[in-house]
Amino acid sequence: MPKHPSPSRPTAYVNARLLDPASGLDAMGGLLVEGEKIAAVGKDLFRDGARWRVPEGAAEVDCRGLCLAPGLVDMRVLSGEPGEEHKETLDSLGRAAVAGGVTSLVCLPNTTPVIDDMSVAEFIARRARKVGMSKAYVYGAATKGAKGVELAEMGLLAEAGALAFTDGLNAVANARVMKNALAYASSFDLLIVQHAEEPALAQGGAMNAGSMATRLGLSGIPAAAEAIMVERDIRLAEMTGARLHFAHVSTAESLAAIRRAKDRGLKITCDTAPPYFALTEADVGDYRTFAKLSPPLRSEDDRRAVVAALKDGTIDAVASDHIPEDEEVKRLPFPQAAFGGIGLETLLPITLELVHNRELAMLDALRLVTVAPAKLMRLAAGELAAGRPADFVLFDPERAWQVDADNLHSKSKNSPFDGRAVQGRAVATYVDGRAVFAEESDRR
Amino acid sequence: MTGSARAMPPAPFEGFAHRHLLGIEGLTASEIAVLLDRSESYVELNRGAAKKQVTLDGRTIVNLFFESSTRTRTSFELAGKRLGADIINMSVSTSAIKKGETLIDTAMTLNAMHPDVLVLRHPDSGAARLLSDKVNCAVVNAGDGSHEHPTQALLDALTIRRRKGKLEGLRVAICGDISHSRVARSNIHLLTTMGASVRLIAPRTLVPSRVETLGAEVFHDMAHGLEGCDIVMMLRLQTERMQSALFPSLREYFRFYGLDYDKLAAAKPDALIMHPGPMNRGVEIDSLVADDFGRSVIREQVEMGVAVRMAVLEILTANLARTAQKNL
Repeated sequence: MPKHPSPSRPTAYVNARLLDPASGLDAMGGLLVEGEKIAAVGKDLFRDGARWRVPEGAAEVDCRGLCLAPGLVDMRVLSGEPGEEHKETLDSLGRAAVAGGVTSLVCLPNTTPVIDDMSVAEFIARRARKVGMSKAYVYGAATKGAKGVELAEMGLLAEAGALAFTDGLNAVANARVMKNALAYASSFDLLIVQHAEEPALAQGGAMNAGSMATRLGLSGIPAAAEAIMVERDIRLAEMTGARLHFAHVSTAESLAAIRRAKDRGLKITCDTAPPYFALTEADVGDYRTFAKLSPPLRSEDDRRAVVAALKDGTIDAVASDHIPEDEEVKRLPFPQAAFGGIGLETLLPITLELVHNRELAMLDALRLVTVAPAKLMRLAAGELAAGRPADFVLFDPERAWQVDADNLHSKSKNSPFDGRAVQGRAVATYVDGRAVFAEESDRR
Repeated sequence: MTGSARAMPPAPFEGFAHRHLLGIEGLTASEIAVLLDRSESYVELNRGAAKKQVTLDGRTIVNLFFESSTRTRTSFELAGKRLGADIINMSVSTSAIKKGETLIDTAMTLNAMHPDVLVLRHPDSGAARLLSDKVNCAVVNAGDGSHEHPTQALLDALTIRRRKGKLEGLRVAICGDISHSRVARSNIHLLTTMGASVRLIAPRTLVPSRVETLGAEVFHDMAHGLEGCDIVMMLRLQTERMQSALFPSLREYFRFYGLDYDKLAAAKPDALIMHPGPMNRGVEIDSLVADDFGRSVIREQVEMGVAVRMAVLEILTANLARTAQKNL
């Protein structure tokens, strides 16, 4: 018997504020789940005057006015498993995801071994199914071992379920290799995702180059290290006609280049992560290693440019960029400490800050973490529509809480948002109609 | 030993309440003055025959050096011994760090032995700050990466103040590898706080991004940069920087940025010449200039170093005793 049996009878979720960015729906109504699928959804569905009347034989769940949205699709997550299970297992990853309202996530290939072989892709898919929390998909490595030298077996990996191809934490630095990866991938209509950072310019750097790095005596990673590779890769994408996506874009200069490329009709897309619109280099403070990220936290001008690009659509999606690192590699002098921060459980509240700060409308903010990344990854997810998998989240957009890394579900506690006061929290999460997270039963 | 010798000196430390000395940044002009005044009182003592004090009798100081340094370590050791403290040296070689012994591990081990002061030299910026969060004793930063080296800036300031009678209003040039220099950063903070103006002179490859935000003016040629300067402070050039393509050769560096009498002519006639040591003669400084009896104060800097470190150890230990008493 499966761990979480699907509901044997249909369930009607009533009295919810339905939020579906794909259809533009924002109204009080109901949603009917039959088996693993959404059977019906709509404004005033099951409403009967001031009451709710659900179909014969269906169970009723009163959502008490909470927001009901598609489960979040997080297109940039690193799993510690396989290889670094002390940092994160697929179990802890799945629990952290659903606690954050994430129902689909895409794992970076930088595990040990690297996802450059079908067997690793299949291992992760099998383990994630067994865990039964968030659905887990994978990127295939663009090059063998994510070393940037020889192409990985992209065609075979795609057959094994890889959604797109990237060297993940590493940039494909060699221009010839990148050109070939783009050209080859485009023969199969596959998407290449690049971590844009010119390694020679970033070498030895610990934080954003600028007055803060100078004051702290830390080597800087210049904003140009990102922009130079973005500009180069746009040209390579144009040469090859390939689909290219830039991950976690963090600078004004790169965004300007991407905006120009999009205006010219190139198949260029990009995402950013919450730290790049919510934090700046000033958050490094007195050598806080939890704020040591890759790309590094940038200047206030860059942060504002990221917000502007979220508003004007230059940035297509927001991903958590969840990189679990344990104390052993974070409790070190800043230059020696590892890069990266966890983000699955802060993806929703930090994205909602854009709504609370009146930068984005609710549906536009949710689109960035649901249907937009689902479209980029060509997943049938991120929408509230009849026939779709019943992956959704109930959340309270107003709920105020304080991020406390110790209470997060991830095995690693390296949150750059530790201690931050935020608003908005997942109350319950459903995957294929099953309740995989409920806040009440989560109190420890 | 008498009771009066062990009594806490009451007045002079009222103006310096910090538990640690991690950097110059953040200190006020009056706090810096308190440190310098106290240091001054030790200069005469060190020149006399009977140098031994009992101020820190029974106190334990650990010199924890993750980078080799003979002069700074010796200077702290001598300072501690002259004040009557027990002082031990721990040099952690880089190979031991690679074996897995981290800064925190070492710190926790030492902390369990109840030292009063830990003097730390470490190749990484921020190491002293990290250590200070983990231990119960006072921490003195004896150089952390490219961040700060506060006692060096204090001894430089003491040297200048004794020769020029003041710091305020002086024009000071700091020349050389600013990017990688903790001495430069501590000096910029100290000198600007005390009302001096600071000029940095180096090729662009050795100047960190937006350094002007620290309050210094940047020059790329010695002739303009040294104009009207009261103090010319040279920095040691690490020859490894050549491998990182930051400058082409030692002879080219000396031609354009090495201090010789020709370039020095742009500074004031009575400008003092300083260097934190150890010097690369013929690279950043010409031997004749370095040894110029009338203008080079390089050996005096070393002498002031001991006095400054005595003052720092004394004041931090006194502050430590106070917090301990408060906790009782």
